[in-house]
Amino acid sequence: MIDKLFETALDAVAEIPDGASVMIGGFGTAGMPDQLIDALIVRGVGGLTIISNNAGNGETGVAALINADRVRKIICSFPRQADSHHFDAAFRAGKLELELVPQGNLAARIHAAGAGLGAIFTPTGYGTLLAKDKETREIDGRQYVLEYPLHADVALIKAHKADRWGNLIYRKTARNFGPIMAMAAKCAIAQIAEVVPLGTLDPEAIVTPGIFIQRVVEIATAASAARAARVGDDR
Amino acid sequence: MNRMSREQMARRVARDIPEGAYVNLGIGLPTSVADFLPADRDIFLQSENGLLGMGPAPAAGDEDPELINAGKQPVTLLPGGSFFHHADSFAMMRGGHLDICVLGAFQVSVHGDLANWHTGEPDAIPAVGGAMDLAIGAKQTFVMMELLTKQGACKLVESCTYPITGLACVSRIYSDLAVIDLGPAGATVVEMVDGLSIDALRTLTGLPLSQAFA
Repeated sequence: MIDKLFETALDAVAEIPDGASVMIGGFGTAGMPDQLIDALIVRGVGGLTIISNNAGNGETGVAALINADRVRKIICSFPRQADSHHFDAAFRAGKLELELVPQGNLAARIHAAGAGLGAIFTPTGYGTLLAKDKETREIDGRQYVLEYPLHADVALIKAHKADRWGNLIYRKTARNFGPIMAMAAKCAIAQIAEVVPLGTLDPEAIVTPGIFIQRVVEIATAASAARAARVGDDR
Repeated sequence: MNRMSREQMARRVARDIPEGAYVNLGIGLPTSVADFLPADRDIFLQSENGLLGMGPAPAAGDEDPELINAGKQPVTLLPGGSFFHHADSFAMMRGGHLDICVLGAFQVSVHGDLANWHTGEPDAIPAVGGAMDLAIGAKQTFVMMELLTKQGACKLVESCTYPITGLACVSRIYSDLAVIDLGPAGATVVEMVDGLSIDALRTLTGLPLSQAFA
């Protein structure tokens, strides 16, 4: 019987080694798998390459990982924000390498990795500093930049519900990078609010089929518990 | 000099967004356009973090941290709205499905080059987000900005000195002094605020502006 459920976040992240490349879902704090990241910090791994849209907001999630000095490099689209102080400090101190990628190219490169493509030609960034020294090509009268896929050892994502096969549905704008990061990583670990029995997720509504997910851990957060208590709002 | 307020600018942009348009409003000033879209038009607001059919801010107490816009502010979803992942969201732009995006700018060139992501200062930490994808992806990219900086420098220029976001992508700017179309032939003034003459605008901008009206 296949059961991808892990008892705790600490178990789910147990084998992630020093120096791993780790995709982390989330746009700001929406969809940020805070408890998986906390577990990674407790496990003590460092020298990580993080692939995520932002470089941490406030004190939790990617910000906590940077504050704990576990990140060697971050590949993201929007690092600097009002509440990115941990990133700002580490970057200015020269402790952190930054690769800045336009958000759509970030998504396309992650998707390309998950889809087995060798590279993509994207119009985004053509003629800009972010395409400097990159190969370009004119196709059908339009200019494109050659970009390579972004693979990762691990993806840490947050979803709403899962079954033991790892089928996932998400919640609102917390979906963001989750589905494509799950495809692009060798081991995709989903933190979810609620495990449901196999066969109860509507097959027409499953967003990430279980083939892309290796591990699931149920974490009832304060927010998800409060939602479940408010009848009619649990969607 | 007579100038449009930011609210008047937002109202002016809103007037040009037609029924049925799929629209992305950039972070900052462009976001305010949403407040002035005519209620009798079905206009679909897209937010690049994965929603279409975005509604206004929720009532106090109804905020949901998992329902936010690209500026990470709480929003609502209108009936008929939908959620999707990031690859689909940027396919909507890059694939040419989005009709209009409205962005802010540091500089725009008369040929429609846009600079809005990086000041170019050596100690600045740049952040690009979805600006480059939006700029070149939407069928029409509008810029909404004050025409002059606080120091009086014109933000519409012959060629951008700030780092470029996208080449030849802006088709029109909505400013506090004039609405100006951009393209291969240069800048053409479509409208000006009351009391401003084309000659005065040419002097202010230092540009050989054409005029589209009598």
